[in-house]
Amino acid sequence: MTVEAASRTWSQRHLLDVDGLSRSEIERILDLAVEMREARASRAYRSLLAAEAVGLAFYEPSTRTRVSFELAAKALGATTVDLHLAGSSVRKGESLVDTLRTLERTGVTMLVLRHRAAGAPHLAVRTTGMHVLNAGDGTHAHPTQALLDALTLRDALGSLDGRTVAIVGDVAHSRVARSNLHALGALGALVRVGGPTPWVTEFDGWPDVEVALSLAEALDGADAVMTLRVQTERATNDAVSLDEYVRDWRLDDSRMSLAKPEAFILHPGPTNEGVELTAALVNGPRSLIGRQVENGVPVRMAVMALLSGAA
Amino acid sequence: MSPGVFGRLTDAPASLLLAGVRVIDPSDGTDAIRDLAIHEGRFVDHAPADAERVDGHGLIAAPGFCDLHVHLRDPGDPATETVETGARAAAKGGFTTICAMPNTDPPADRPELVTALRERAAETACRIRAIGAATLGRRGERVADLDGMIGAGSIGFSDDGSAIPTDDLARSILSVLANLSVPLIEHAEDAALAGAGVMRAGPNASRLGLVGWPPEAEWTIVERDLALAEETGARLHLTHLSTAPSVKAVRIAKARGVNVTCDVAPHHLALTDAWVAGSRRFAWEQPEDGDLRIAYDGACRVNPPLASREDALTLLAGLADGTIDAIATDHAPHPLERKLVPFEEAAAGLIGLETAFSLGLAAVAGGALELPILLAALSTRPAAIIGESRSLAIGAQADLVVFNPTATWRMYADSLASASSNTPLLGRELPGVVRLTVAEGRVTYRS
Repeated sequence: MTVEAASRTWSQRHLLDVDGLSRSEIERILDLAVEMREARASRAYRSLLAAEAVGLAFYEPSTRTRVSFELAAKALGATTVDLHLAGSSVRKGESLVDTLRTLERTGVTMLVLRHRAAGAPHLAVRTTGMHVLNAGDGTHAHPTQALLDALTLRDALGSLDGRTVAIVGDVAHSRVARSNLHALGALGALVRVGGPTPWVTEFDGWPDVEVALSLAEALDGADAVMTLRVQTERATNDAVSLDEYVRDWRLDDSRMSLAKPEAFILHPGPTNEGVELTAALVNGPRSLIGRQVENGVPVRMAVMALLSGAA
Repeated sequence: MSPGVFGRLTDAPASLLLAGVRVIDPSDGTDAIRDLAIHEGRFVDHAPADAERVDGHGLIAAPGFCDLHVHLRDPGDPATETVETGARAAAKGGFTTICAMPNTDPPADRPELVTALRERAAETACRIRAIGAATLGRRGERVADLDGMIGAGSIGFSDDGSAIPTDDLARSILSVLANLSVPLIEHAEDAALAGAGVMRAGPNASRLGLVGWPPEAEWTIVERDLALAEETGARLHLTHLSTAPSVKAVRIAKARGVNVTCDVAPHHLALTDAWVAGSRRFAWEQPEDGDLRIAYDGACRVNPPLASREDALTLLAGLADGTIDAIATDHAPHPLERKLVPFEEAAAGLIGLETAFSLGLAAVAGGALELPILLAALSTRPAAIIGESRSLAIGAQADLVVFNPTATWRMYADSLASASSNTPLLGRELPGVVRLTVAEGRVTYRS
């Protein structure tokens, strides 16, 4: 599909989560991302977003997401402004809405927002006229991460139809997992979530999601395993023992034999090596973790191009 | 809808003849079309010849509504609500009595503050009864001067916003009240179990990635208070019940004779936790996927949080079978800037005085509630809990509301009598237009 064909039917101005996207819209983003990936070297599309001013508003620390959004915007010719929120007027108590309205007045046309509160990007949509890209809101959603995960898996597996993907770890507190449940499910995969009970039981009622209470159950027949970052503080709050987590859930070479022989490994990063998985797996041949990072820029290029209507 | 005109309790009594109005009076089961005459503050056989004649055709007259749970931000935050604006909002919603919660600034925890509220309220558009704080400063540490505040006019005691935090303090308060005539009005919520919950725990909270508020945060305190009320013999009133296990517990307690009454808020009957996810369907309507563009609206943040659909339907059933005595609004005005923030940071509460009756009528229209039960739950039943009577019989004090049940109105922020507009119902068309509110024979509102 050409870039022109994609833009003709693209109607959404914002990317709040993946569950607002149809299968064909997700595929359109991934197809365009593949084009962008190839075109990036040849510097095509380098003035596609010349009219846009992209504001990077990261209220939580981030390296790979923030950098890849910035590079994606620049690769398409947009002006970017990084808010450096830690040192700005947020500290003086200015409200989120006031900050965003100020950004809009100064000329920002596209907002990339990361915020500790679920729904913060929805508030931006309601109170400003900027395009809003959710770069992670609380434990709700991280749609561009899920899209780059989907692209990485599609590259590796050919198609997600009929595939089984296990998501293992602190699923309850993971915006990456929630967005992946929508994205991978929409692309035809069976998604299984596995982890200590407090981190998975709430997904029991989710459509097309299986809950696994042991690693063997989670990995059985899996084509890919996505492990999530485990945070010590969350484990403590939920009475999950890190020692028991490592004992029951940490991925290593021998446990990967519970999955399909050729099964791949993903992690949204940054990894806690030795907790979620072993260093050998991170750097081993099954690991797609590097590919995930590489796909960050082209996926975000595709999303920005489509949302702006410039693609 | 016409803007409407407000009166005051201190106005001259009206002489009115409501001709051919449908009279629904839960106090004696009346449902008949007849004339209602009002003169010198009471219902009379015949209106004087110069009485104003109002054509009652197509209108319904019912006893004036009584709201057991209202937050006036006065003293403390007059830009958000005052005694005056709150009373007008009440009159516009058909209320002739509202009970003011004590969580003002300063909190009403002493007899002189209860007296001050009554004095300020005397010339407004609605009778305002005071609820005193159960503990000093609402801090949940030491019992306030309950006897003294009853002397000043307090009709009950509450630390609303929080439950009485410890079991022994709850027992102490109920023990004191056992020898007095008024109830402990309990906001049943275990702070530790509620934790950081911001919406009802369940599939919607999970999908939205918001911290869930578990139903046991409510019903464990309900069970505790029921046991202590039974033990002490004191009167207990549980306010804004929002979970099915609470309703069940009250039903069982009433059956064994515990001195308990309870109320439910209109938003727990009509709205559901799906509203946080962007749905705008009432509980009795078929559920739909929410519109995510309006998800996380701070206007839907309230405590206790909006109930699951199943629990909302259980609450409606509890109202119908009499387990739940009353509808009370928990009218909680907040300024826009405290709502225009991420959902989890939004102030909890929504305004309800001007929408409670219309939401009830929507439930009636939706087949989820019977009109006589709605009217009883808004008038005679809550009035009885605070020792007021309501009757449309000859000789009774003229407290009534007259409304057009089929007319609709659309809610806009600038047409509200309340000083605040925090509700997710803005812009919504609702059934039921109040034409006339009469308190103590004075016209307090007409449209």
